[in-house]
Amino acid sequence: MEMEASTILLYAMAAKLALVLIVLLHTAPIMAWAERRICSWMQNRTGPNRVGPFGLLQSLADAVKFIFKEDLVPAHVRKWYYLMAPALCVVPAFMTFAVVPFGPIVELNGVKFALQLANLNVGFLYVTSISSLAVYGIIVASWASNNKYSMLGGLRSTAQMISYELAMGLSLLALIMYFNSVDLMEIAYSQAGRLNVFGHELPFLPNWGIFKQPLAALIFIVAAFAETNRLPFDLPEGEAEIVAGYHLEYGGMKWSLFFMAEYAHMITASGLVATFFLGGWHAPGAEWILSHFQMSDVAHYWALVAMQVVAFWTKVILFMLFFIVIRFTLPRFRYDQLMWLGWKVLVPLALVNIVATAAAIAVAVH
Amino acid sequence: MLIKREHGFLQRFYLLEILTGTLITMKQWFFGKNITYQYPEQRRQYSPRYRGQHYIKTVNGVENCTACMLCPTVCPADCIHIDAGERADKEKYPVKFEIDILRCCFCGFCEEACPKDAIKLSNIYEMADYERRVYDKDFLLIQRSKK
Repeated sequence: MEMEASTILLYAMAAKLALVLIVLLHTAPIMAWAERRICSWMQNRTGPNRVGPFGLLQSLADAVKFIFKEDLVPAHVRKWYYLMAPALCVVPAFMTFAVVPFGPIVELNGVKFALQLANLNVGFLYVTSISSLAVYGIIVASWASNNKYSMLGGLRSTAQMISYELAMGLSLLALIMYFNSVDLMEIAYSQAGRLNVFGHELPFLPNWGIFKQPLAALIFIVAAFAETNRLPFDLPEGEAEIVAGYHLEYGGMKWSLFFMAEYAHMITASGLVATFFLGGWHAPGAEWILSHFQMSDVAHYWALVAMQVVAFWTKVILFMLFFIVIRFTLPRFRYDQLMWLGWKVLVPLALVNIVATAAAIAVAVH
Repeated sequence: MLIKREHGFLQRFYLLEILTGTLITMKQWFFGKNITYQYPEQRRQYSPRYRGQHYIKTVNGVENCTACMLCPTVCPADCIHIDAGERADKEKYPVKFEIDILRCCFCGFCEEACPKDAIKLSNIYEMADYERRVYDKDFLLIQRSKK
């Protein structure tokens, strides 16, 4: 039976939604376990290894604990905003992933669809605008908590996220000037094959954004760390000096929503880094591996697509591990150091990068 | 004291330093050796001089203690309480020998003061309990076998 195009698109959308939702929602428990295990290995400890095999069920035990904890709302908080803040934190974190392509545009029974939740042609603008919404969750949480430490955390996060958003957007500007597109799928597509800088082909290296725009990659990665509130930029939390910052007054499931938002931000940032700078879903060497197997054309095509999807998630996971390694390597920045790095280093560097990219493009075109 | 450190350009450039730090972290991650003990299965071996839970030494089922009161006198935490009595052979002995383990600071002065080598500190360090226990004589007498 031949399925209609609309039916195929419907099933494809459901499958894509299921995949992305399952991955995003399972990031928090799995990453919480992975982070605790890996950080303890880095600190010559063992980490949680009692609940289930290798301690894998530790997150499940934690989740059960969160659910059965008393759902406490302190008396001094603004209740409505206090309850709204965790949701405000989580939603933008999940929303950004909608435009991240995790596979190529595939063709099934003559119907083409992208392995991407929403194929927006303004992908870049969507990413920057939604990621700037993330600060509201933290601000609302900190002000609604009616606590001096929370408010200090909120003030810090406002300053930090707005400063680094600027550098992030400017670094991406140079990238989209180079790729000549704001659509994330097109940016991923134009990173295929060997490294090619203005028509000069270089062997051995894949055609990834990080090799074409190393400065933009550096600025974007630093800004991504700041946007996700991860160490060395976790000033809004700052366990040592402001206890836990914006989520100080939260407990139980509400606190774990903040926790989930942090990991959702991490996986989204990793997805964006993979798409912009690590070649998106391109798997270097996949064609070469597949050429060793005798397969029909259809099998070859779908094997390639599967390898590309796996390649994308592998890049995301590797970058998440990089987040963890950096977290347990660097100490927290002081507030003035943070501002100095944001405004006096990253923003000017990003501007210089834009001018240099523009000049290079102008020279190469003429 | 604030120490001014001179940094070269590479240190102030910071990126190379981050890379070095990351490599150190990775080295610990993959090649670092665990220094922790998996407690209930593995137990740390303390030195024989470790001062843990007390016990009273016995010879032929009779405690060495003669209730001379030197240990409650020397005890800085005032946690030893002895009531002296007389045996049938006119020997002085403790009717009651109590150690309030929650007050004890494990200084070992009682062990040093004891002329009869009766009160000793063992290697036992698992003294957690569900109630605020005061160790009595019967308990202290059987602790040696647990050492």
